[in-house]
Order: sequence, then structure tokens, then C-alpha cells
Amino acid sequence: MFYIYCPYCGEHREEEEFHNQGQAHIERPADPDSCSDEEWGNYMFFRKNPRGLHHEIWVHAAGCRKFFNVTRHTVTYEIKEVYKMGEQPKVVAE
Amino acid sequence: MSQKNRLQNGGRIDRSQPLTFTYNGKKFEGFAGDTLASALLANGVDIIGRSFKYSRPRGIVAAGAEEPNAIMQLGATEATQVPNVRATQQELFSGLVSGSTNGWPSVDNDVMGLVGKFGGKMMPPGFYYKTFMYPQSMWETYEKVIRKAAGLGRSPNEYDPDIYDKVNQHADVVVVGAGPSGLIAALTAARGGARVIIADEQNEFGGSLLSSKESIDGKAAHAWIADVVKELEANDNVMVLPRSTVNGYHDHNFLTIHERLTDHIADRAPNGQVRQRYHRVRTKWVILATGAHERPLVFGNNDVPGCMVANAISTYINRYGVVPGKELVLMTTNDNAYHTAIDWHDAGRKVQAIVDTRQNPEGELVKAARDRGITVIAGSAVIDVHGGKRVNGVSVASINEDGSKITGSVKKLSADTVASSGGWSPVIHLSCHTGSKPVWNEDVLGFLPGKTVQKQLTAGAINGTFNTAGAFEEGKKAGLEALSNLDLNAVEVAIPATIDVKESKAMALFHVPHTKPTSQAPKQFVDYQNDVTAAGIELACREGFESIEHVKRYTAMGFGTDQGKLGNINGMAVAAKILNKSIPETGTTIFRPNYTPITFGAIAGRDCGALFDPERYSAMHKWHLEHGAKFEDVGQWKRPWYFPKAGESMQQSLDRECLATRESIGILDASTLGKIDIQGKDAREFLGRIYSNAWAKLPVGKCRYGLMLKEDGMVFDDGVTSCLAENHFLMTTTSGGAATVLNWLELYHQTEWPELEVYFTSVTDHWATMTISGPNSRKLLEELIDSDVDVSKDSFKFMDWKPMTVAGVPARVFRISFTGELSFEINVQANYGMHVWKKLFEHGEKYNLTPYGTETMHILRAEKGFIIAGQDTDGSVHPYDLGMGWAVSMNKPFSFIGKRGMQREDCVRAERKQMVGIKTIDPNVVLPEGAQGVFDPTAPIPMPMVGHVSSSYWSACLGRSVALGFVKGGLDKMGEKVYYPLVDGRIVEAEICSPIFLDPKGERQNV
Repeated sequence: MFYIYCPYCGEHREEEEFHNQGQAHIERPADPDSCSDEEWGNYMFFRKNPRGLHHEIWVHAAGCRKFFNVTRHTVTYEIKEVYKMGEQPKVVAE
Repeated sequence: MSQKNRLQNGGRIDRSQPLTFTYNGKKFEGFAGDTLASALLANGVDIIGRSFKYSRPRGIVAAGAEEPNAIMQLGATEATQVPNVRATQQELFSGLVSGSTNGWPSVDNDVMGLVGKFGGKMMPPGFYYKTFMYPQSMWETYEKVIRKAAGLGRSPNEYDPDIYDKVNQHADVVVVGAGPSGLIAALTAARGGARVIIADEQNEFGGSLLSSKESIDGKAAHAWIADVVKELEANDNVMVLPRSTVNGYHDHNFLTIHERLTDHIADRAPNGQVRQRYHRVRTKWVILATGAHERPLVFGNNDVPGCMVANAISTYINRYGVVPGKELVLMTTNDNAYHTAIDWHDAGRKVQAIVDTRQNPEGELVKAARDRGITVIAGSAVIDVHGGKRVNGVSVASINEDGSKITGSVKKLSADTVASSGGWSPVIHLSCHTGSKPVWNEDVLGFLPGKTVQKQLTAGAINGTFNTAGAFEEGKKAGLEALSNLDLNAVEVAIPATIDVKESKAMALFHVPHTKPTSQAPKQFVDYQNDVTAAGIELACREGFESIEHVKRYTAMGFGTDQGKLGNINGMAVAAKILNKSIPETGTTIFRPNYTPITFGAIAGRDCGALFDPERYSAMHKWHLEHGAKFEDVGQWKRPWYFPKAGESMQQSLDRECLATRESIGILDASTLGKIDIQGKDAREFLGRIYSNAWAKLPVGKCRYGLMLKEDGMVFDDGVTSCLAENHFLMTTTSGGAATVLNWLELYHQTEWPELEVYFTSVTDHWATMTISGPNSRKLLEELIDSDVDVSKDSFKFMDWKPMTVAGVPARVFRISFTGELSFEINVQANYGMHVWKKLFEHGEKYNLTPYGTETMHILRAEKGFIIAGQDTDGSVHPYDLGMGWAVSMNKPFSFIGKRGMQREDCVRAERKQMVGIKTIDPNVVLPEGAQGVFDPTAPIPMPMVGHVSSSYWSACLGRSVALGFVKGGLDKMGEKVYYPLVDGRIVEAEICSPIFLDPKGERQNV
């Protein structure tokens, strides 16, 4: 069970308080109506499944209800960094 | 015959406290301080079970958590049954009732034993896969017989009467294991000011010291242990947990500890005490001081009762004062096991011989044994054991230097006990739990903890440091390292004095050769619990299972409740030998949580019965109870389902509730609908993006129905949202979907459109909501509001809302309808709910005001063709599939969520399944929900299916059945036929129609 630092609460809390919301940094296309079916399909359905560093969104569901980003190693489950929505990761895969 | 194997003196038992217990229906006596296993051995009980596959008689082989055979069923009553308890870990108490878990009809005379005796060759690995797979339909029958014969224990059929607790803990350092290294580590960390938890699975601290005659600092080991425990217990920063197994080591230094508080006292926890406690610990550092398990050797018939792991015998002698036999043969690859022969000899029993697999054993212990006159047969091995229900002799032969073959003739020796030692395997289980791969160490001849990302330190035998002096050194080092990592100051801890015994080099031998090839030799057991033999592993390798992971799964090695604690490394060695590889080349061994089995009681804790899941009640719940409501679960809500009157069937209640509503007035407690208060200057813009329809022009005082879609265009929730003020809206959601919708709104606000100024607050519980519905509902409302408030047809229109005072209480009243009748939804602050509800009934009596529940609500809305999100939608239907294109505004400036999705190729094709009404030709037939429709009931099976029935009811108001469902291209097939072949063989003929069965023009709600 993970021990997650909420950047808004400024504290580590147990994983039970959080929900994973999937891959981070997927931007909704600014003009969906001009997307091809393929582009829209990629936005909706295609997700990375890396062996290694993964940037993902978590929500402090049973806490402050804020969404934030986590860089997590999918093999060791280490949380390398936590950063607020709108910010970019500092730890990235080579 | 009482305790024939008990010594007169010595051990950690109290001979002044005899305890009576029952095993397989017979009464026995043991002493306080015994385990069930030591007491059984004291009484000369040889057979404690039958083996899993071959049903061979089995005896106790070990003295701790690694025991594979002595798996007991405990419990004096049905409610207190506990399966899978290792007799070696169960402390004896007066009145303990135990039994073997396998063996049928009894362990001494077992039907399946014949299979094991004569059918051995007929049961190779994969036997069950190969034999019982065909015909597949018979598997369930086979399985029942196999389960009964194999006997895996059984769970109680009654409620567990005991209380179990869960506790969350935080610590600086958790020390796992209270042997010499763990005790020193804890002492060091504690003196340095760290918050320490030290846990050990045994009733007494001391670990290996409890089994030996060692002295520490010149005094008996237990005296030294007592001093350390006293200091730890006196320290407020230290939690001392005996009888507590650290069962799991999880990510980010999270440990689960299973503490047994009363299992050693009685069958049931006395005086309502907590029986077991499950500690969930988050700790900054972990020190693993988990010790090592001695490995038995693999040789012919090494499972005959009387064959034991060498050190276990020392434990029984030194700790429990029990010598489990008369005549011992010890086979060893190392010096350390000589202790066992010496202990046996010093207890006054005969050591027939020490069979040492090394050509020239020398060393202090070898000398000590020889000095006692014990025969040492060097360069030899026990290759076979004789005897059925107990060992009566062994065959010994000389072997070559690397132990690969027999070099001399076979000699027989008499013995009733065979001890074997192949060295020690560090207990690396916990370090494996977090994904760390163990690494083979050639000096230790075992796996050591591998690289880890956890904040983990190790000390003592887990590192292959098997002597006490080394364990102390490493324990202190780990303690100091933890202190330094925690930024605490180092402290002085004196290393206690021990007497160092020099040991000579051990031999790497796991599988003892036989004069015959392994496949023809007597069975050489590797994994006792799952009956895996060396021949079986060889066969698996020959059949092409070369990866050790495949070998394990094919043979079931390590898949028992003991997780192969004794057998896994021997099994790998056997596989390595036949594959001509080294052990590390063969692979590694991984252990998973839990270290030993844990009870469901401890896992559940108090989260059972009434506390299993929270129940949510509306403000009027008590009234519903008093009026005999039947309830249904909607999410965590308890909602009235229907309100039967005396003698009424469910259908009679529903018919009465439906008719009363359509004819006069019905009332529904709608408090459970999700309510989200939305405020901010961009609230309106946000609604336009999140809903499929238009919100830009909704004036204050008006309500609008909206569909909420996912990006793929599919409906996931619906509800009415009202404009309370220019920048203030109240959204309602389905009862079960409230939390999901709130999260959905937050997700899009926080991640996509943070620039919008909008705030969401859940207000579901703040309001009590009661819906009065039916032609007389206006009259009833008028009686309860101020006379100057006009709720007439034209000044309080359909889809209006108004603040007003109802029954003297401030209220929001919404003129919206889910029944198709004139309808008012009255919302008051929740704590006024009951008051208003009762007032409504006071005034409503003359109108036959009738309470109805969710089932009548479903019928009334189905008559009107209104959908229920989650019942008529399943994540695969978009608004047009539902015939609800009217709720989609394609020309909103912002491309709302779902707009692009529902324009995808697949979403706009013809012949999609569309929601329609379904009218059975026989009006009395009510279709089952979920029934699949076909166009041609004479088509060959499998018939092409065209859509399912999603809602179906008997409508008392229409005097016939009504159903909603999906049909391919259904919206263009009005009046056409569709057929429903049912499981009972009937084929129901129906006509596709409009989903609006009642009042298609909507006149009833506009009065």
C-alpha cells in the first residue's frame, strides 16, 4: 500500500485516501470537432503501459478532493515525485 | 502411556502445570509452555496426518513456522473451528481440541493410503490435470472427492463469536524477529530514542537461543533475554509484540502484523477480550532479523514418521524437554547439526550414528561428538529409510566427494528417528514481498535478500550469519544504521559475550543419491505438504518444464500453506542437477504475503456484521420503518422499496401504490437523489460543457433535465438541474451516481478548465426531498403553504421552481415530474424532513395520500418511457440510441463532452441498438429483464440477437405489461414484431412500439 504525499495538504497520507485516475498529461484536444476519428480515438482510448517511470493523476478523494500528478516507477512502485496540476514532471524516462 | 518421551528436567515448560488436551478424539496431557506439537511428541504420537496426494502417514518434522505436515484443525465448538494451524506454533492450553486435517476415515487407517503405496508410479506430476480433466463436466464431482480425501481443513459453519481488532501504527523502526540480532537491534534503536516496534511470532523472545544450551554473558541465555525484554518493555517508545507474526511487507515500508492475544489461553477469547489484532504499520525503517530455517535432506522415504529436521529435535529437547525417540541416526552436511546428536546423547538416549556426507569432517563439534563415543560415519549418506508408520531403520552407503553417486555397499542400521541437515536457508520471505529478488550465495549455500528500494536493513541469520556472536554484531550495526538514518545520535551498546564454536566447511548437498536412478529409487520427498518428489521434479524437467517457475506450477512445489519453506531450495537443486545448471542459473525463489496463514477474522477486524458497510438513511427513515416498508439497497442508501399492507403480496402493494398515485396522490422519499450545489461566475458555462443540452439561457427559477455523457458520447448519468440564481445552480444526480458525478465535475474543472471560476459542493444529505405526485397534489400543497403563494397552473409552471414555506418550514419546491403526473418535489432542510412529511400525511389522509417506494417509482416512469441511467443505459448507448436527441444541442459553441464521441463512425451507423417500447402480444406476459430479442425465432441456434429488455413491469394502470428495451434499428421498426425465446422454452411474441405507454401527449402533468 502506497504512502502518498498530497501536494495540497502538504502531508503524507495512506493510499486508502486516494484514487488513481490514470495517465497524466493527456490534454483534451482544443477543437474536438476538427479531430479525425483516429485522433479522437487516440485521445480517448490509447494509454501508455510503461515498464518504468509513469506519470499519472491521483485524486485525494477522501481528503481535499484535489487532483495532482505522481511520477511512479511501475516495477518498484517507488513514487519519485509529486507535482501539482499544470506543472511538468522533473523526473522523466530517458 | 503418559508423556513417555518427556525428560525429567530441563526446558522452558512448567511441569507443575499439567494441561489436558484432545487430539483426534483422544485425551492427552502436556505442560504449560508446550506447543501442541511438543505435547504430541511427548506422548509418542507419531502420525499427525496423511499426505496430500499419496496419503502417506506423516509425522512432525520441524518445530516452527516451516512445519509442512502438522497442519491441524482446532476448535472445541463449531463456531470456533480454525483450519490450517501449525501444531508447532500452537501453544497448548487446557481443553484444547485438535484434529488432523487430512486422513479419511482416520489418519491411522487411510483409504487413500493404498493409492500412495501401490499407485505411486501412477500419480506423476500433473496427475490431476492429466486424469481428471475429462470429461470436463465431471470435474466438479471429482473435485469433491479429491478435496475430501486430501483434506485441506474446513471453515466453521457458524458465526465466529470472537472479536478481532485492526490497529494503525506508525513507527521509526520495526524489528522483525526477536532472536539475538533482533533483540540487540531493538535495544540499540530504542536507546537512541527511536519509536520501535519489535515483533516475534513466538510466545517467548529469544529466537534460536530458546533451542540451544548457549550461555550469554556467562549466564543462561533466557536470563539475558529476560533482561533485554525488561529494558524494552520499560521504554515508552517501544512496543513489544510477542505472538505476533509480521506476515506481509508491502510497498513504502508498510507492514502487517498478526497478533494472537488469546489463542494460547482458550478456545474462545475469555471475557469478551479481543482474540487477535491486525497491526497495519507504516514505519520509517525496517530491520529484518528473521533468522533461518534448517533444510532437511532429500533421500529415500524421508517422509516416514520419525524423520525430522535436525535442529527441530534440539528444540524439542532443549526447549520442551522432549526427546522424540529412542535411537537416532543423524545425517548432516555440516558441523552445526552435531549439536542435535550431542543433545540427544546428553538426554540419555542412544545415538546410533552420525552419518556425515563429508569425507573428512573435523571441527570442535565433531570432536565433541566423538569424545562422547558417538560413531561418526564419514563420506556417507542415509539413502533409504525403513518402516511404515514409524522409522525402524535406515540404509547407509558411502558416497563420492561431490555427493553425486554411491561408491560402496549398503549397510543397514536400526533407528527410530532420523535427523537430517542440509544447512540453513535464510528466512528471506519478507524481503521478497516487495519485489526484491533474492540472490544465491555460494558460501552460505542459500539465497540472501536482494537489492531493494525499501528502507530495509537486515541482521543475523537472514544474511547467512549463523553464529550468535555475528548475529549480535549485525544487530547492533543495523540498530546504529537506523539511528543514523533517522538523524538520531549513536548510542553505546555492549555486545554480550558468547562462546564461539569454530565450525568447519559445510558440503553443498541437497539431494542424496541412491543406488537406483531417481525415477526408480524409493520416493525422495522435496515438498512434504504437496507430496512433490525429486523424481517428480525430474519428470517435469524432462517433460519440458525448464523454468523453475513452470516446474513449481506443474508439480505444485511450494504451493501449500507452508509456501515451500523447507522444500523450495532442495527442489531448485534437484531441477538444477537434471538441467545441468547451477542453482542461480535455474532461477530464484520468490515468496509472497502472507508469511504464514492468517485468519479472516483478523483481516476483517470489526468490519463485519452491522459495521461491514455504512448504511445511509434519509431523515424520514424511522417513519418508513414504522409503516412496514420493505427496503432495497441503492449504493449505501436504504431506500423504501414498497410499503405492503397486511396480507398484501408485493404485486398487490405495487398495484395499489401505482393506482393511488395516478388516481389521487402518492408520495416518494426522494432524499437520496444526489444533489450538488454549483456556484461561481462560470457555473453556467461549465454546465454547458458537461451536459449535452443547452444551459446558456436557462433563467433563474427554471429547471432543466440534462444528460451527462462520457467523452465517447455514451450516457452515464442524468438529472434535473435548477437555476437558483444567476451564478448558482443545484444539480441532481442518480442516487448511486452522486459521488462519481462530483468526481467527474472536479476532474474536468481541475485538469481541463481550471480557468473557469466554479465551485462544487455535495449537499445530498443537507436536504430532505419528498415528491408528491398525482392529480390532487396541488390541492395538498396549497393546504400547507402561505395563502399568498400562487402555485396555480399558469404562475407555477411545469419545470419551474419557487422558494416558499411548507408546513411552516422554508422550502424549495420544484414542479418537475418523474411519473408523468402533476408533481411537486418539496425540499426542506433535512432536520425538518420528518416534520414536513408528517404534516403532508395529516393533510393528505382525505386524498388517500399513499407512500410508494422505488419499485412503484420504476413502474410509473416506465409507463412514461423515462429512462433510469444504469438500468436502461450500460455505457454503450448515446442519447440518439435512447431516442433522446431532443436533449442534445449540437450547435453550442463549446464542443461539450460526448459531442465528438457520438459522431464517430460506429456511433452514427444504421442498425445500432435503439431503445423502444416493447408490447407483448399477450398483455398478461411480463418479460424478464435481460431477455434477448430475435427477429426470427425459427432461425438456427445460435440465433442472431437484436437487443435486450432493460425494464419490464406489470402496469396496473394500463392493465397490461410494459417493457423498455433495445432493438437493432428499433426506432424505424415501430409496429414490427420481435420475439423473446426464454430459458423455460417459451417464445414471447411482442410488438415494437413507442416507449411512452401512457399519456403520450403529456397532458397529465400540465394541469
